[in-house]
Amino acid sequence: MHVLVGVEGSEESGRALEGVLERAADAGDELTVAVFALGEQSLDDVESSVREQLADAAVSWSIERITADHPASALVELAESGPYEQLAIGGGQQSPMGKIELGSTTEFVLLNAQLSVRLVR
Amino acid sequence: MDDAEGRRITFEVVEDADTEPIVEMYVAFDPADRAQGIPPSQEDRIRSWLDTLLEEGLNVLAWDDEDVVGHAVLMPDDDGWELAIFVNQPYQGAGIGTELIQTLLGYGAEEGVDRVWLTVERWNRPAIALYKSVGFEPSDAESFEMEMSLLLAGVE
Repeated sequence: MHVLVGVEGSEESGRALEGVLERAADAGDELTVAVFALGEQSLDDVESSVREQLADAAVSWSIERITADHPASALVELAESGPYEQLAIGGGQQSPMGKIELGSTTEFVLLNAQLSVRLVR
Repeated sequence: MDDAEGRRITFEVVEDADTEPIVEMYVAFDPADRAQGIPPSQEDRIRSWLDTLLEEGLNVLAWDDEDVVGHAVLMPDDDGWELAIFVNQPYQGAGIGTELIQTLLGYGAEEGVDRVWLTVERWNRPAIALYKSVGFEPSDAESFEMEMSLLLAGVE
């Protein structure tokens, strides 16, 4: 399966990519990592840390850079226009109380994507 | 207080708690009343979750005789204190939540708590009504969960 995974600069995203990588190695998935920056994040920093994380991965992967003003919609557009069967994204972070809170990118993807979405915790 | 069902309920600010009666309440907790992933559903995860709350948070319990039937807690973070409240299913709708939350907010005010916030699933109307009744107002309404907040200077 060809999986597109959306990754920005948060810990939540880093964990999501880790989870997707493990699963891809087991299942023989092909990965495309769409990198984007939120808030004050730098896209170059996000991309370089993703490349570091992918360096030793035993899967076939490629990277797409998202530079649009509204990365969530650009991510969904990319997912729907490409050869992807699934869009994976971080499944929320935990509050001090332990409550799961979904970020606005994840919400947008859940509500708008026309392909299968995987939330990774 | 005597609740709406005539049960004698007592409220306790937690100092050194025996965790077992609280664990028992959460083990018996109706899974349908879970929200945003809490309380956890397995006993070992309930225990480690509770340890964190009791260690770092401000906690109030509602007791019916030997049984813990409600628990409310404030947890500190960068934006103030996050509030959560749990009332075991057979004790819901009897006024226990209101008393529990007021006891907790009073305790918080004594301990210097200033801003309290919480998130609640938008469809959880009974909870939203409870929070509004003690003064919470929506502060971010743009996501699945509604965020509400309260400045404690205005409570007492």
